[in-house]
Amino acid sequence: MTAVHAEAQHDTGRALLGLEGVTVRFGGITALSEVSLDISEGRVLGVIGPNGAGKTTLFNVACGFQRPGEGRITWKGEQLSRLRPHDLAGLGISRTLQGLGLFERMTVLENVTVGADRHARAGFWSGLLALPGSTREETALRERSMAALAELGIAEHAPRYPGSLPYAIRKKVALARALVVEPELLLLDEPASGLSSDEMAELGELVRGLTDRMAVMLVEHHMDLVMSVCDDIAVLDFGRLIARGTPDEVREDEAVVAAYLGDAVSHADASSDPVAGS
Amino acid sequence: MQQPQALRRVTDHTLGRHLVVGAVGVVVVVALMSFLGSFRVSQLASFSYLAIAAAGLTVLTGLNGQLSLGHGAFMAIGAYTAAVLQRSDSGLPVVVVLLGAVVVATLVGAVVGMAAARLHGPYLAGATLALAIAVPGLAIFWSDLLGGEQGLTVPLPEVPGWFADAVFFLTATDPSSSRYVAYLAGVALVLVLVLLANVSSSRVGRRWKAVRDDEVAAQLAGIDLGRARVLAFVVSAACAGLAGGLMAFVVRLTAPSGFTLTLSLTLVTAIVLGGLGSLAGALIGAALLTFLPQLATGLGGDLGLTDVQAAELAPLVYGVVMVLVILLAPGGLVGTVRMRQARRAALRAAAAAPAPQHDAPPSSERERSS
Ligand SMILES: Nc1ncnc2c1ncn2[C@@H]1O[C@H](COP(=O)(O)OP(=O)(O)O)[C@@H](O)[C@H]1O
Ligand SMILES: [Mg+2]
Repeated sequence: MTAVHAEAQHDTGRALLGLEGVTVRFGGITALSEVSLDISEGRVLGVIGPNGAGKTTLFNVACGFQRPGEGRITWKGEQLSRLRPHDLAGLGISRTLQGLGLFERMTVLENVTVGADRHARAGFWSGLLALPGSTREETALRERSMAALAELGIAEHAPRYPGSLPYAIRKKVALARALVVEPELLLLDEPASGLSSDEMAELGELVRGLTDRMAVMLVEHHMDLVMSVCDDIAVLDFGRLIARGTPDEVREDEAVVAAYLGDAVSHADASSDPVAGS
Repeated sequence: MQQPQALRRVTDHTLGRHLVVGAVGVVVVVALMSFLGSFRVSQLASFSYLAIAAAGLTVLTGLNGQLSLGHGAFMAIGAYTAAVLQRSDSGLPVVVVLLGAVVVATLVGAVVGMAAARLHGPYLAGATLALAIAVPGLAIFWSDLLGGEQGLTVPLPEVPGWFADAVFFLTATDPSSSRYVAYLAGVALVLVLVLLANVSSSRVGRRWKAVRDDEVAAQLAGIDLGRARVLAFVVSAACAGLAGGLMAFVVRLTAPSGFTLTLSLTLVTAIVLGGLGSLAGALIGAALLTFLPQLATGLGGDLGLTDVQAAELAPLVYGVVMVLVILLAPGGLVGTVRMRQARRAALRAAAAAPAPQHDAPPSSERERSS
């Protein structure tokens, strides 16, 4: 009942990303209404809510794809006034896309190497003349990318094209591309969609394993995964933040149960199958 | 284990590899230009400037996904710049005149590229098409400077002493000015190919491809779409400018009739025939466009056709080749060969190793068993 107010602040780490009073309107529809949310170092924050609740819009605001009508966005306490999507990687934020968005005419390795671009410095002229510095940097980027692929167990697919790979592997390629950024905050849009339960369990473990390196914010429909993986959960309904708290708090929140969870929560309770001990 | 090592061996020598290919290219150019007859040499010179423009265009369209139907306009800008500089009696060396052509085309390319970066698909095609039509019109508008419909004749450059000596050493003949221009065009082609190969395999080329394949994901990787697009446009405009400058020297006349829409469409045809994004493809495409018509006409003569009939054979052969490529090799000639190779490599890999575990599709059984 009181999850929203009582648990607004989790002072376990430095606040990374903060949204304050963010409102987004599309014509007559209010996609987000005065949403305030923050995520701290080392935490896993889940954003849930029924279809059309505003979850994707929330991510788009955080990524600079959607400018909020009102409210502000902060990164480590400083306001991001004109956030553009291509600034994110430099800030230390990376995101996976619901539709994967792999570069279809580039190899898996190249896909991931594009993600590693944040670590590159070589400019146009050194590339044009193939100066030794540029070539050395390319080698380093490829090694970094191979390491990211190896971490997810898909190094053997490096020379393949994404279109020739099964969906689960493609999803891992997209994740490797986001991880190679070495972000401080990772945004995952529906990371479990289309995965089998085994693969989902593997994903849960992976996400928990990331918390010593980065904070994770995820939008997800699979309640088992959200409940077992997240430290905090924020619940959106019709663009409003109706609850924010630990999985247990959210599970018991009446507003949440009324708005959305209902069966889903009791189901998650019954088949309590923690994907990763958290 | 094997993979990273193999990778390292290749990438460590980007420059080395391209330089070796470039050196071989220069040797081939020198051999061809020295020992072929003057008709063949002038054909090779035409091929060279067409190939330079096509190579620049294939980088823009194939690697960065921007379709320009108006690259002939940048060739016109380069050609007129070269013509004006060469006529100015300033005695500038040819290389400086050509650099001037590149610089002016680059500047215009930057402006057009900034507009183009905001346009998509059909709008970009339409805008560049308009450019191709408008730019030659400027020559008529400023006919005092640019010679109107008649155009500007381009004085032949003087053959430098060292060059004449070198050619005499090789062939025991004195080179003509037009042979000198052909050498320049051939060497410029090799240089452009080496530089474009470098940039394509560098970080810059990778960013271009990322922007082409998925704008949103590219932005999330930190790529500024506008900057990437403008840079690609500028690079390809610079190539077209150089091509135009060389064309001015090869054709010895710069007139609006040389830069009709047909020229722009010829370039697009060349890169589509060869395979978008492939430098080798641009070379093959430019070669087909340069040599196929004459070949067809010659063939017609051999078959006993009249001159008129033989001349009509050229567009026919040309059309048949186009249709065959589109039907049999939809990825262009080089693109289709590459696709075959990739498919064969994938099959080999699948045959060599038992299917890796996660290649198995998630079965409903696995779903239930958990
Ligand atoms: N670009 C847009 N233009 C108009 N309406 C939009 C746009 N994006 C989202 N909306 C609307 O905003 C609301 C929230 O959408 P969204 O953020 O996609 O929800 P969710 O991701 O939670 O399903 C929905 O009513 C949706 O129709
Ligand atoms: Mg959504």
